[in-house]
Amino acid sequence: MSATQDQFTQESRRMGGETDRRLLLLDKDDNVLVATTRIRSGEAIRVAGLAVTLPMDLPIGHKLARRAISAGEKIVKYGAPIGSATEAIAAGAHVHVHNVKSDYTPTYHLESERSSYGGHP
Amino acid sequence: MRGYLRSDGRKGIRNTIVVGYLVECAHHVAREIALPFRDRDVHVIGFPGCYPNSYAERMMERLCTHPNVGAVLLVSLGCESFNKYKLEHVVRETGRPVKTIVIQATGGTRRSILEGQTFVAAERAALDAMATVPMAVEELVVGTVCGGSDGTSGITGNPAAGRAFDMLVEDGAACIFEETGELIGCEHIMAARAITPALGKELEASVAKAAKYYATMGYGSFAAGNAEGGLTTIEEKSMGAYAKSGASPISGLIKPGDIPPRGGLFLLDVVPDGDVRWGFPNINDNAEIAELIACGSHVILFVTGRGSVVGSAISPVVKICANPETYRRMADDMDVDAGRILEGTASLDEVGREIRDVVLGLGEGGRTKSEELGHQEFILTYKSFEPIGPACLPAA
Repeated sequence: MSATQDQFTQESRRMGGETDRRLLLLDKDDNVLVATTRIRSGEAIRVAGLAVTLPMDLPIGHKLARRAISAGEKIVKYGAPIGSATEAIAAGAHVHVHNVKSDYTPTYHLESERSSYGGHP
Repeated sequence: MRGYLRSDGRKGIRNTIVVGYLVECAHHVAREIALPFRDRDVHVIGFPGCYPNSYAERMMERLCTHPNVGAVLLVSLGCESFNKYKLEHVVRETGRPVKTIVIQATGGTRRSILEGQTFVAAERAALDAMATVPMAVEELVVGTVCGGSDGTSGITGNPAAGRAFDMLVEDGAACIFEETGELIGCEHIMAARAITPALGKELEASVAKAAKYYATMGYGSFAAGNAEGGLTTIEEKSMGAYAKSGASPISGLIKPGDIPPRGGLFLLDVVPDGDVRWGFPNINDNAEIAELIACGSHVILFVTGRGSVVGSAISPVVKICANPETYRRMADDMDVDAGRILEGTASLDEVGREIRDVVLGLGEGGRTKSEELGHQEFILTYKSFEPIGPACLPAA
C-alpha cells in the first residue's frame, strides 16, 4: 500500500466511514476522490461510509464526490480549487463537466457529440 | 555519457543531419531528399510561411545549430521571404557543413533532390566517422511536456517526471518545463519557488499573460480527450501539469530559443507577447517540443495519459505513460510505465529514478521507442516575442 493510500485509509476512518480502496484521496481538504482503476456500473461501493451504487462505469482517473457539494461550491482536488459546482452534487456522484465549470475558461469536450453520432467511448 | 563536441563547447547525444525547408513550397523536395536516409538520422524540419517572421528565423537558427545536429541542408524555393542568407551564415559560423539548395536556380524538383541527396550522403559518411567525447550530466539540457493528459497524468507520470527533474537538477543538468497556459491557477505557489522575488513576479506575469491570451481565444489549453480522460477544467489539468516541474527552486524564465546559461530549473514562456495576433500559442504538442529543443534540450520527457505516439526531429522523446490501461494497449510506444504507481507496484521515486536512468542511457547508445518507430514530427508556425527582462535570469 502506498503512503497516499495509507493516509487515505486513516482519513476515511477519521471521517467515520470506510471508502472503497480503488478511490484515491489526494489531499485531506479534497471534496473529490479519484478512481485508480475502472469501476463498473452497478457495483456497490462505499464512499466515506455511505453505500453507493454506481449508475455508470467510472473510468480510471475520473472523480466522485467525497461528500455532498452545494451548487456554486468550489471543487477541491490536490488541496486546490479546480472549478465550481454548477448544481448540487450528491455524495458518491460522478463529478465532471456536466456538474462543474472552470473559473477561468470553459471546457471544450465532445461528450454530447459522441452520444449524438454514436462514437466509440 | 558520450557526446559529439561542437564548436560552441556544447555536446550532442545525436549526430543528426537536418534538412530544413524554408517555405512549404520546398517541403516536398526536402522530404524526398531525406527519404532514402530515414533510418540514418536525417530529419526534416522547416517553416511553411512565405512572410518573414523573426521568431521563426530565430527558431530555425537555434535548431540548425542544436548540439544534436552535425550538418545542415537548407531547401529554398527561391522567392520566399525567409532570410536564407543569414541562416546559412549562422550555421557556417559554427563550423558545421551547410549548403543551401534553391529549387528555382537548380532547375526544379528532380535536380534539387539529386543535389540534396549527394550532399546528405557525403555528410552522413563524414559524421558517422566522428569520434565522441565524454559528456557529464551538467552538460545536459532536458525539457518536459505533457500531452494527451487524463486524470492519471497528475497523479503518476507528471510527479514522477518531476522527481526525475529533481535528481537531474541536483546533478547539475538544466531542466526546462513549459506551457504557461497549463499553469493557470498555480502561479502563486510557483512564484514562491523562484530564487529571487523579482523572478517570482516575472513567473506570475507570464501565467497572467497566458490566461489573458487564452481568454481572448475562447478556449483553454485543453482538448476534448482530456475531458474524456476525467479532467474537468483547465485548473485541474494545470495542477497535474505543474507537478512535472518537481520541487527544485526555479532559476529563471526563458523564451523560445533562449538557452539556459547554467544548470537548474527553468520555466519556458511559450505564449506570444503583445496583442493576440497569431492564433493559439501552440497548436499541438510538437510545437511545444520544437520550442524546448530550440532552447537546447537534448532530450524531451513526454508524459501522456490518453496515449500520444509522437517523437520529434532532432532530440529523442521519452514517453512516460501515466495510465496503466493505456500502457497495456500501447506499450510499443511507451518507454516508461508510470501507471505502476496507481497499481501499487512502484513508488514515485522508483519511477522517477527509472526516467532519469532512461535519459542518461540515451547518451550511452540507448534509443527511445519513438526513435525506433521512426517518429520525427516537427511543426513551426508564426509567433512574436519580446526579449526576456533583466529579472528573468538572476545571477546564481
